[in-house]
Amino acid sequence: MTIEELEQVAESVRRENAKFEHEINVCMGTGCLSQHSDQLKDALAAEVAKQGKNAMVRRTGCMGLCAAGPLVLVDPREILYQHVKTENAAAVAASLGAEPVAKLQCNLRDHFDQQVHIVLENSGHIDPEKIDDYIAREGYKALLTVLTEMTPSGVIHRITESGLRGRGGGGYPTGLKWSTVAKAKGDVKYVICNGDEGDPGAFMDRSVLESDPQRVVEGMAIAAYAVGASKGFVYVRAEYPLAVSRLTAAIRDARRRGLLGNDICGTPFNFDVEIRLGAGAFVCGEETALIASIEGKRGTPKPRPPYPAVSGLWGKPTLINNVETFANIAPIIRNGGRWFASIGSERSKGTKVFALTGKITNTGLVEVPMGIKLREIIEVIGGGVPGGHKFKAVQTGGPSGGCIPEELLDLGVSYDALLKIGSIMGSGGMIVMDDTSCMVNVARFFVEFCKTESCGKCIPCRAGTAQMYTLLTRICDGTGTMHDLELLEDLCVTVKEASLCGLGQTAPNPVLSTLKYFRNEYMEHIVHKRCRAGVCNMQVPAEVPA
Amino acid sequence: MSLTTPQFPSDDKRWKIVNGTMRKNGFARHALIETLHTVQSSFGYLDDDSIRFVARSLRVPLSQAYGVVTFYHYFSLKPPGKHTCTICTGTACYIKGSDKLLAAAEQQLHIAQGETTPDGEISLMTARCVGACGRAPVMLADGELHGLVSSDEMMAQLERWAFV
Repeated sequence: MTIEELEQVAESVRRENAKFEHEINVCMGTGCLSQHSDQLKDALAAEVAKQGKNAMVRRTGCMGLCAAGPLVLVDPREILYQHVKTENAAAVAASLGAEPVAKLQCNLRDHFDQQVHIVLENSGHIDPEKIDDYIAREGYKALLTVLTEMTPSGVIHRITESGLRGRGGGGYPTGLKWSTVAKAKGDVKYVICNGDEGDPGAFMDRSVLESDPQRVVEGMAIAAYAVGASKGFVYVRAEYPLAVSRLTAAIRDARRRGLLGNDICGTPFNFDVEIRLGAGAFVCGEETALIASIEGKRGTPKPRPPYPAVSGLWGKPTLINNVETFANIAPIIRNGGRWFASIGSERSKGTKVFALTGKITNTGLVEVPMGIKLREIIEVIGGGVPGGHKFKAVQTGGPSGGCIPEELLDLGVSYDALLKIGSIMGSGGMIVMDDTSCMVNVARFFVEFCKTESCGKCIPCRAGTAQMYTLLTRICDGTGTMHDLELLEDLCVTVKEASLCGLGQTAPNPVLSTLKYFRNEYMEHIVHKRCRAGVCNMQVPAEVPA
Repeated sequence: MSLTTPQFPSDDKRWKIVNGTMRKNGFARHALIETLHTVQSSFGYLDDDSIRFVARSLRVPLSQAYGVVTFYHYFSLKPPGKHTCTICTGTACYIKGSDKLLAAAEQQLHIAQGETTPDGEISLMTARCVGACGRAPVMLADGELHGLVSSDEMMAQLERWAFV
């Protein structure tokens, strides 16, 4: 397929779309599908036909506001409807070309106006199972431009210039990683897309794969060209069946169009992608463990160096990037590195997708420029804490991250700022807690998670997390002592410093950050045998203050 | 070198599907996890016979195959019940009270998480985040996702299963 042919496909889709006066986009992401948005789509199509409206009804990916689903977006007037039921289909169809249905309308200007969509630019606008829809929105233009006009080093230069950093959580500069793999010696190299989104409370990668899978495939193909690889793997969680099926369809369609396979676009570049299913192990998000898993082994990490960039899958140089990182590649190639670098903060460029959940009004997926204040995300975009409750903390980075208290909410979101206050950017889970959450119990929840998910290879992590869990359980039970607290703090340092991989090294973070910002709650549990949120079941009667 | 596939453990047609996955991967050792996925999706769980068969076919030591099966949470060594109720215990669901859902289900069914009722009707499982956090707390009833689940809704589902 050449650029001209690509343009022809895009043109024919646009012509086809132009035949319709209205476009009804129905969200069919996991959240809305669970509320039968598939039946809603059929009902809307039937009503449109019945009422003789000149409208197309399209299945799309996630529109972000999962709590208000099923969502329906009517273009070109950009009217968003929320909580649409099958019985509302007639009203929605009748409103085309007339007044919008007021009672279904979602008026959340604040929620959308503060967002900048780069990764999610197509989510909610294209049918994720139609490659032509993607092509019509400049899809694969970046890949073909790269193949016909750019050298591999030119591609790497552009990525470096953009300042893009790994979106999996670590924030390693993507350009640097690519150039290391490109320089590594070897006739066979691999590109791996890490879609093992193990952080509980995070669903950005799932959403990207479900809403715009072609973009990830395109990003991988560009990366493969840049580093000299010809084979790619996408490692996806088996818990995401919809993402797997849409990605499978995407890869099949890309092959049919000649955008994957041999001699892509008439150039000597060959690249193909295979899917590998995860099997429910959090540690497989760590790159060396993920590689072991693709090799069909237990997912245990290896000491680094050697880094996968030099010796990865089957001992060959391997590039591993996160789903969201790959999703950023095509726009950077199309619009230039400087354009991307103009968005965001000084050392964290571009945007970040967050999964905003927990005790917050507008739960769902948001994409914001780096450097935005946490307060803005929570109070403006998220709509604040519902039910008259008081905000207590926001947790970022999943089990490897920390809890951030109210007084630090004016912090701008960036890799470095979050690290400095004892949390991490992580893959993008953002869980809001209110006064009904007990911070000691939250810390115990995360330690329990890490204890279960520890692969068992190194002792500090395997035994340390188990001991931390016991100590935290005692504190939650009301049987903990000050000595237990001392031991806990001591143990946190040991586990952090002596563990082999990221899982163990970051497992104490939730404990350390809650100890730092919510120490009074620990003291209440130990000294007064009291849990102010009323979450912990105290085995010892609470002391009644005299 | 010609490779002969070991005999299928039984004349169940599903073994052909399993064999298909291995053939597609050229009977390479790295296809172990992929093949186990196929076995589990075809049979519902992994028993001794199937692990032996896969290990032998892919020339992987049985110990290694067993190690892989027990390492990953997704693989189950026990047959599932007729119905499966999976409660998500990810962070967002935990904050929204999934622990109470789980406790209620355990009490109702008189089993612990990961177990199946003695009559083989209902299995109670937990999941580490199914990625539908926007609709927490989340329950999967026979794989179908239900968001913003209340304890009453869950109980009603369990009762529907118990009396069908």
